[in-house]
Amino acid sequence: MKKSLLFAAATAIAIPFAQATEFGTLLTDKSTLSFVSKQMGVPVDGSFKRFKATLAFDPAKPQSGSTSFDLDMASIDAGSQEANDEVADAKWFNLKQYPRASFKSSAIKPLGNNRFELHGALTIKGTSKDVVAPASFKQDGVNGVFDGAFTLKRLDFKIGEGEWADTSTVADEVQIKFHLVAAPKR
Amino acid sequence: MSRLDTTAYTRTAIVLHWLIAVLILVAFPVGLYMVGLKLSPQKLAIYSWHKWAGMTVLALMVLRLIWRMTHRPPALPDSMRPLEKRLAQLVHWMLYLLMVAVPLAGWLFSSAKGFPVVWFGVLPLPDLVGKDAALAEILHAAHEVLAWTLIVLVAGHAAAAIKHHVVARDDVLTRMLPFLKRIGS
Repeated sequence: MKKSLLFAAATAIAIPFAQATEFGTLLTDKSTLSFVSKQMGVPVDGSFKRFKATLAFDPAKPQSGSTSFDLDMASIDAGSQEANDEVADAKWFNLKQYPRASFKSSAIKPLGNNRFELHGALTIKGTSKDVVAPASFKQDGVNGVFDGAFTLKRLDFKIGEGEWADTSTVADEVQIKFHLVAAPKR
Repeated sequence: MSRLDTTAYTRTAIVLHWLIAVLILVAFPVGLYMVGLKLSPQKLAIYSWHKWAGMTVLALMVLRLIWRMTHRPPALPDSMRPLEKRLAQLVHWMLYLLMVAVPLAGWLFSSAKGFPVVWFGVLPLPDLVGKDAALAEILHAAHEVLAWTLIVLVAGHAAAAIKHHVVARDDVLTRMLPFLKRIGS
């Protein structure tokens, strides 16, 4: 009796530690990848419906974590049907030639308090740029939830060429927001 | 209060009337023109200008309604038949109603389309409804029908004012257009 109580107590202590494992499976149906572009000062919400990611993240050892993203650019919702048709064009994302975009992390720097800085290379329309995204981590049941946002300059990636390169109508800055839910690795 | 106690519109009323008139007469054809444009930076700019004009009409209408509630407009000439007077009053109240309803429907339509209205590109106005494609279609139709109704009434209103000036030769037009009086007399 005493032994089994002790065992139960030991298990109760051990389980939370056991859960502090690596998060490795992205739950795509629970995750969102969205962006906000500005047209004439008007914020317009958009999102990507299809993306996949590999990740390895242990909250106890964030710096050894890594992630890589693969984005189906045709799954874009730029805010309206008219915009969705337009952005497939060569002047925007040139979907025929560049159907996918990607992100590959190079470092995760812990900032303390479950906040991190995600460093990595973002590749859109054949152009790679190093980006830094502040992100936070929290545990939700068995899953890990990452929230973060960063701003990119669309002209760095030649998104919107020709007449669209004029930033007085469509701003250069585009805010990217991610909400990622990952299950523990099995 | 006697019906003769005011014979003129105040300067405020005249300025509001003409500012709103100009904005409507610009925003309406711009609205007709812009919907047919292919997506371009210019189209985005024109849509914004149209929305700014509409929101300005709405804001000026608030001032105008306050003026109307606190002032008695000059009486219609006694040479008018009672039916004509009633018709004139009916059209005025319909114009007031539509000058509020048309920009309001446009604002709702923009919200339902998922495009917030940012007045002059600096003042974000709240979204009145969430993004909803089916609702947006209804609001689009409402905005269009109301705008056409407004412009038909504006045309009738202007034609009646000209008739007062040219046929009846009374002061109905000149009290809202004082410089015409000076030139004419």
